[in-house]
Amino acid sequence: MAAPADNHDGASAEVAPRRLVVISAGTSEPSTTRMLADRIAQRSLELLREMRVPASAGVVEVAPLAVDVARAMVHGAPSAELQAAVDQIASADAVIASTPVYKAGISGLFKSFVDVLDDDLLIAKPVLLAATAGSSRHALVGDEQMRSLFAYMRALTLPTSVFAAAEDWGASVLGERVRRAATELAVVLEARIEQRIADQAWSGYKHEFAGNATRAEQTAADIDFDSPLMRLASGGRTDA
Amino acid sequence: MQFGIFSVSDVTRNPVTRYTPSEAERTQAIVQIARRADEVGLDVFAIGEHHNPPFVSSSPTTLLAHVAALTERIILSTAVTLVTTNDPVRLAEDYAMLQHLAGGRLDLMLGRGNTVPVYPWFGKDIRQGVALALENYNLLHRLWREDVVDWEGSFRTGLHGFTAIPRPLDDVPPFVWHGSIRTPEIAEQAAYYGNGYFANHVLAPNFHFRPLVNLYRQRFAHYGHGTPEQAIVGLGGQAFIAQRSQDAVRRFRPYFEGTPLYGTSYRLEDFARDTPMSVGSPQEVIEKTLTFQEGFGDYQRQLWNVDAMGLPLEMVLEQVELLGSEVVPVLRREMEARRAPGVPDGPTHASLVKAKYGDGEPRQPRPNANRGDNLTGTSPYQDSDPDLAAEYPLVA
Repeated sequence: MAAPADNHDGASAEVAPRRLVVISAGTSEPSTTRMLADRIAQRSLELLREMRVPASAGVVEVAPLAVDVARAMVHGAPSAELQAAVDQIASADAVIASTPVYKAGISGLFKSFVDVLDDDLLIAKPVLLAATAGSSRHALVGDEQMRSLFAYMRALTLPTSVFAAAEDWGASVLGERVRRAATELAVVLEARIEQRIADQAWSGYKHEFAGNATRAEQTAADIDFDSPLMRLASGGRTDA
Repeated sequence: MQFGIFSVSDVTRNPVTRYTPSEAERTQAIVQIARRADEVGLDVFAIGEHHNPPFVSSSPTTLLAHVAALTERIILSTAVTLVTTNDPVRLAEDYAMLQHLAGGRLDLMLGRGNTVPVYPWFGKDIRQGVALALENYNLLHRLWREDVVDWEGSFRTGLHGFTAIPRPLDDVPPFVWHGSIRTPEIAEQAAYYGNGYFANHVLAPNFHFRPLVNLYRQRFAHYGHGTPEQAIVGLGGQAFIAQRSQDAVRRFRPYFEGTPLYGTSYRLEDFARDTPMSVGSPQEVIEKTLTFQEGFGDYQRQLWNVDAMGLPLEMVLEQVELLGSEVVPVLRREMEARRAPGVPDGPTHASLVKAKYGDGEPRQPRPNANRGDNLTGTSPYQDSDPDLAAEYPLVA
């Protein structure tokens, strides 16, 4: 496959390990939603290994966090368990988001989980979209609903989304689609697209002070005190 | 260190008796709570500003002027005064008058408020909320410090040779706290002016506000007002106290659970563990409050909310008494003993007068005679600098 990854910052020949995190909103045990995400994650890890990019994968299961998510939506405060999930996603290099389709839409639990994330948590982060359903008539739900949701989050959704209805599980075409999506993920990860975009453009997005994003401003050292509002805050000075 | 209570003036149905106080009853209850706080030796009583039911305090200066006449020692304050939708000229006038009537027992906390429709009700654009807050305070700051102000801004009519009356008591403006729960620009403004910074410290995880408080402390030092540790920090909180811990939980539970937003989705015990809410014996409330000092550093003002969730007046008065008799005296001693050397107390009118004049006499502005045009020009007061110039618009 591709040549060994080089570091685009050129600092070191050592290749930094990449971290994939699956967000699965399946509810049964095991759920096809999780199984689909695992297949994609597994394939991605294999491709990255061929590219000699060390990588590992973790999972955030949303179902056990259902009550925490609901409370955070109403009240705004995450539980320790929900915070741990958010931290895991914040530090991920890529996300595989997998949801079941219910009533012709993405799982409300999945949407609620994304609703409690900071707006800037996923900026430029590669997100691979995956959805499962009981019928192939729901095939476009992932593209129509997840893509717009992650566009709001300013994530980098990958070209290929993976949808699996009941009849797809025995079909080789699902494997081909998984391979295609995983290839996109591996290539984008290898190229450190998120890091390169954020390095150059992070300040151009709207941010939350002391938020969960890894690049969120946490102290005075991180803040641009020459912004128009900061100048207004310090007596309305007009010097630039 | 100053200890007190703050109220948002909610008129909430008592979930146990299902009785909803009238606005008249709640208004009188708030006055009684403030008087009791004064009697038991609390340092601060603060009231909010709202413009919609189920709240009653739309005019905090009117309410506090009445309370000022009925109390002796307590500092009156706000939680918060809306700096976005109020005209800063009116704020300068109303709070200066209140400061006079209260004999200096007044400071105020400025905030943006969290009720979206208030902006359109008062003809403002919420998308400009932060800029409104910042610019309005910049003007308010000058109106209280300069006898004659020329001013141009983005949000209100310009001012030309304007004098806000009355001048602050002893020509020392009321101390200002800037309240914010998420906006670094507000912390920056507080730091720039050397004003206080207040985190409401309720309805959020423990120590959630530490990054903003630390930002304020660092910038306070950056602007040369002192060390980060000397910055003027205030924290809120919510408390319910009974002599025995289990009685506090038992008595408070129906009120907590009767609150639609929290009671149905949180267990009281979890909420009290994970947020700054204190529910327990005096000793437990003391211990929890001491963790605030550990987490945020030495601070100058602690306010508790004790009258929300539909608690009946007699229970609220009991809370005020327990704070005054059992909790605050111990906290005063403990906080004082733990406080680092050089950390100042919360500002009072007396301390600000002392800082400005030392042992000298405070300035008492006396107006010059009306020239007949109701304009004072550049010399509104007998001691005004005759060489001061003001810019007036040219009339074609």
